[in-house]
Amino acid sequence: MIYVVIGFLWLSVCLYVILGGADFGAGIVELMTKKKNRKYTEKIMYESIAPVWEANHMWLIIAIVILFVGFPEIYTTMSTYLHIPLVMMLVGIIARGTAFTFRHYDAVEDRWQIIYTQIFYYASLLTPFFLGLIAAATVSQSINPDANNFLDLYVFSWLNWFGVAVGLFTVSLCAYLASIFSLRETSDRLELGLMIKKSHQTMIFVVVTGLLVFFAAYFSDIPLTKWIFSKPLGVMSISFATVALGLILRAMHNRKLLPVRALAGFQIIMILVAATYQHNPDIILLGNGQHLSLLKHIAAEKTISALGWALVLGSLFILPFLFYLMFSFTKAKGKS
Amino acid sequence: MDDFIAARAQMALSLGFHIIFACVGMVMPFLMAFAHWKYLKTGNEIYKGLTKAWSKGVAILFATGAVSGTMLSFELGLLWPGFMKHAGPIFGMPFSLEGTAFFIEAIAIGFFLYGWDKFNKWFHWFCGFLVGLSGLASGILVVAANAWMNSPTGFDYINGEYVNIDPIKAMFNEAWFPQALHMTVAAFCATGFAVAGVHAFLIMRKKNVEFHTKAFRIAAAFAMIGAFGAPLSGDVAAKSVAERQPIKLAAMEAHFETEKGAAFVIGGIPDEEKGEINYALKIPKVLSFLATNDFNAEIKGLNDFPKDEWPPVAVVHYAFQIMIFFGVVMICIGSLYLYAFFFKKQWLNKNWLLKTFLFATPFGYIALEAGWTVTEVGRQPWIIYGIMKTVDAVTPMPGIQYSFYFFTAIFISLSLIIIFLLRRQIQMVPKLYDPTDAQFNSKNKKS
Repeated sequence: MIYVVIGFLWLSVCLYVILGGADFGAGIVELMTKKKNRKYTEKIMYESIAPVWEANHMWLIIAIVILFVGFPEIYTTMSTYLHIPLVMMLVGIIARGTAFTFRHYDAVEDRWQIIYTQIFYYASLLTPFFLGLIAAATVSQSINPDANNFLDLYVFSWLNWFGVAVGLFTVSLCAYLASIFSLRETSDRLELGLMIKKSHQTMIFVVVTGLLVFFAAYFSDIPLTKWIFSKPLGVMSISFATVALGLILRAMHNRKLLPVRALAGFQIIMILVAATYQHNPDIILLGNGQHLSLLKHIAAEKTISALGWALVLGSLFILPFLFYLMFSFTKAKGKS
Repeated sequence: MDDFIAARAQMALSLGFHIIFACVGMVMPFLMAFAHWKYLKTGNEIYKGLTKAWSKGVAILFATGAVSGTMLSFELGLLWPGFMKHAGPIFGMPFSLEGTAFFIEAIAIGFFLYGWDKFNKWFHWFCGFLVGLSGLASGILVVAANAWMNSPTGFDYINGEYVNIDPIKAMFNEAWFPQALHMTVAAFCATGFAVAGVHAFLIMRKKNVEFHTKAFRIAAAFAMIGAFGAPLSGDVAAKSVAERQPIKLAAMEAHFETEKGAAFVIGGIPDEEKGEINYALKIPKVLSFLATNDFNAEIKGLNDFPKDEWPPVAVVHYAFQIMIFFGVVMICIGSLYLYAFFFKKQWLNKNWLLKTFLFATPFGYIALEAGWTVTEVGRQPWIIYGIMKTVDAVTPMPGIQYSFYFFTAIFISLSLIIIFLLRRQIQMVPKLYDPTDAQFNSKNKKS
């Protein structure tokens, strides 16, 4: 059953990064757009995330619940030593979610829209940045429970160049996803052309920040290249992600938009595989040499099996319903 | 402010804030679905407008409830890691099921809000109803987790170790049913009165009277169900507390000396130092009866418990009194309305009746917050009743007071924005939602 639980944890993290990431990306892409083009970008972004945006963020909740029920030590270690970036991420989630809703459900359109929109933009940047920072902190051995002063325990546990680079990389991934996902929401050739241009820009950001991550790792003595390239699976997943990039460019050129979406999702999964596989099943590498493992630091067996069943049963309800939601809105758009 | 107090204050504030939106999220969709059903049955466009107007309210409040709920799931770990490390695997079962319910709610709300004229009309209606149903399920499941803190079961506590963990048994703990029942009823009561009060106010302003009257009638009906259900479910809850947490009952009633045929105390100022209550109205033997169904039963007083295990008596007592007071007031208003509805139809349009409901707008929520204060503060100093003290669960990170100030600012600004937004929704009723209004569909429209 533990593998079912880990599978669901992995699935919800992936889906959160892909779907929630695209949500955050929507705000970032809007922010990156010149003022004169913002109106239609806003419209496209809204169309692509509106019906599902509430659901997208549920994946984070599922991941958190799996962590605290099934892996309490991992959850409490993270929430103790990464308190500050978690709070920052939380603030981003709150601000973004509410600003998005307020912007679209406010009955009157006036200068308040500008305020909601600004909050929406900057919160969309803040959240994935800290998400990346937190992810980096779990593997960079910067969390050291044996430290004995405030700065080492609660600040330098996450604040370092590697974390910042991973944060920026996550931000660009989100923008990239949003620009790719929105291609299918454009209503004419001009819009499509402009959005493809946008996708090219975000792609460049991804590549540049990706390189930045490797530089930061090198200068912080984190053996990232060894982690990724020393095992066949790592090499394979990075190659797949690169090949996917080529295929995406080609499909975009031929205006084949559905495969573009699928390939981008696949790419993100490959990047996540490459980034996490090496340590598997360890999920947090602590500064004192201890590793917290998904197979060792787990809750009682009865809890894991109950959690596994709850997840399986829950997904039987959720997944068909969710797919029907996504499918029916895609279809509805196709008609109009 | 020390870290422990700051952490408790932040948690209390977050819960107090979230509960409001959680309760709206549980009940408001049912009001909306009811109006929608009326529309589908009668074809009256006003009901369609009302459904849409309420659905916008649901969307705004749901989003706020969702983010404050997300916040809580983080705060459990950020503020109480010592608690979550042990409790997570034991009481986490309802949270994982709640994830499913909440997810379904989020999907259903997507279908409902964006699905007008896109789906079969009954499927569309059902999605709205499902929002309420899954909201209700989430509420009931989260209460199961809280109830476990009051009635910890499903594990053995041996030498400081939590062993033989059984999450299913923990979920079906004794406090769950009474707490969830009372909570659900209270949510209906609070939301019903709040919505009815707002529409009563708008009827009095003589604009879109038919629209707001229809809305008022539906909300008032829900308020009635809640108001009359509250004392019944409250009785079940009180008996359960008396049995499981006698010290909480004693604090609720500021009952210091153990006695047979204990009196029910109304009002009064408890003096914790001297162990007595002054200026209170006492109704003989009623406390014994309420707690056990026996007028002469013995009720344990606070003095029979070690003083370091007392909850803050005054807070719990006052909160309990506030809850009872507003509960009784709401029953009176409910009875008045029912009387008018069946026997004095002409009263229904009278300003004084509407004014009564206007004043009662916050009563349900005041009672609800007071009730939660009784439950939560009444459990102190324990975070897991009888097992783990709250002080042992708090995060080792210093500087929590800044986090408290920060989140307080967030909550205050969110509350202000929501009030502002709901006001704007109401102002737009003639243009957006009331098809009988001359301004309907005029400029400044947003679908």
